[in-house]
Amino acid sequence: MISVAGLNKSFGGTPVLRDITLDIAPGERVVVIGPSGTGKSTLLRCLNFLDRPDSGTVRIGDLSVDAARATRPEILALRRRTGFVFQNYALFANRTARQNITEALVTVKGQTAEKANATADRILAEIGLADRGDSYPSALSGGQQQRVGIGRAMALDAELLLFDEPTSALDPEWVGEVLDLMRKLAETRQTMLVVTHEMQFAREIADRIVFMDEGRVVEEAPPDRFFDAPEDPRTRAFLRRVTDTR
Amino acid sequence: MEGLNLDYMLGLLPVLLSYVPLTLFMAVTGMAFALILAALLAVERVVRVPVLDWFVRLFISFFRGTPLLVQLFLFYFGLPQVLGFLAGINGVTATIMGLTLHFSAYMAESIRAAILGVDRSQWEAAEAVGMTRGQMMRRIILPQAARVAAPTLVNYFIDMVKSTSLAFTLGVTELMGAAQKEAAGSFLYFEAFLVVAAIYWILVEALSFGQRRLEILLNRAHAR
Repeated sequence: MISVAGLNKSFGGTPVLRDITLDIAPGERVVVIGPSGTGKSTLLRCLNFLDRPDSGTVRIGDLSVDAARATRPEILALRRRTGFVFQNYALFANRTARQNITEALVTVKGQTAEKANATADRILAEIGLADRGDSYPSALSGGQQQRVGIGRAMALDAELLLFDEPTSALDPEWVGEVLDLMRKLAETRQTMLVVTHEMQFAREIADRIVFMDEGRVVEEAPPDRFFDAPEDPRTRAFLRRVTDTR
Repeated sequence: MEGLNLDYMLGLLPVLLSYVPLTLFMAVTGMAFALILAALLAVERVVRVPVLDWFVRLFISFFRGTPLLVQLFLFYFGLPQVLGFLAGINGVTATIMGLTLHFSAYMAESIRAAILGVDRSQWEAAEAVGMTRGQMMRRIILPQAARVAAPTLVNYFIDMVKSTSLAFTLGVTELMGAAQKEAAGSFLYFEAFLVVAAIYWILVEALSFGQRRLEILLNRAHAR
């Protein structure tokens, strides 16, 4: 079970997250949507302390971290239970695709090179890049890089995978392949928390949609109810806006 | 102007070349220590450990702010008077020490700049997979900073090779000291120093060739 309770975060006095409370069951796929600048990315970044919350607790399984008192070892432990997929891929530029996958397995998890390489082979096949393992990120397309980024997170066997707008920086031609990979991953019932603007995709894969506005969770519902019968006026206004522009 | 005594120069060449290993030994040893020290100083300057940061800044300020020759004299002639255990220090050791400390101060600053130039996404990705700060620095940040800093660091190494000639002022018979002795015996100063200049020049050219190879190697992750 993953629980976030009373999470607050401000940047330079401006509150970005206000008292966020959110539970995610194992195997649940939750999609966060909402207008730009409402703290969706910050929420994800606070879950693994890439941004340190001002207050609140983050609990993953039996590990509970109180932001006000979080120690360095606790933060590391939390990060080791999560995987993060970045909007700009953020692949290690000095590592090949394969090494991007094995790096944390060897350095952080202490696996042997042999075992890590076996995992990398499996992952490279799953992300459809079996023949590009020795390529450096600079030689890969945006879509390929993001697939490696997802593969790197998959390899960690994390209890929760966080996706921070994984297709927003991609050229339109590469969005499909990345969404396909995420669909495949969602089918395995990997616990996922996804921030995205891809509404159709959200509707397909989500068990639950969380709508955020101005740093608060405004509405939570299964996708059908959320898209077809939204309750909060802010949700309705947002959905009208995004469907109008399509 | 009389002609150059080419026979003398040709005869002197092998004599002086036999001192090249000592020159390279001082430079390579000094560079190895300086690189390690500079990397530590640079990481400290980025992380800024309280109190320690003050000492590091003082260290860098002093070793950049005073001439290498003065530092060498301090280590070789001055410090042994104060610190008994340094009494037996020989010229080669003192030179390596001086080169290490002097150049590490310069190199620390260029490594620091290179570290700060590594894209933020690289730090975040390393953090996100749960690396400790040490792992992040060693495995992700420093290797990428090395690529950026390499040309400057090779430049410092070239400077260091030439600076080994100052060991001669500490009574070490190295390339420059040997040339000085030979010249004093033959009175053919121009020929002797011309040969020594040529040797340094060729050494540095060889290093520049090595620099290009190194840069190709370090850039392989960025070649399309």
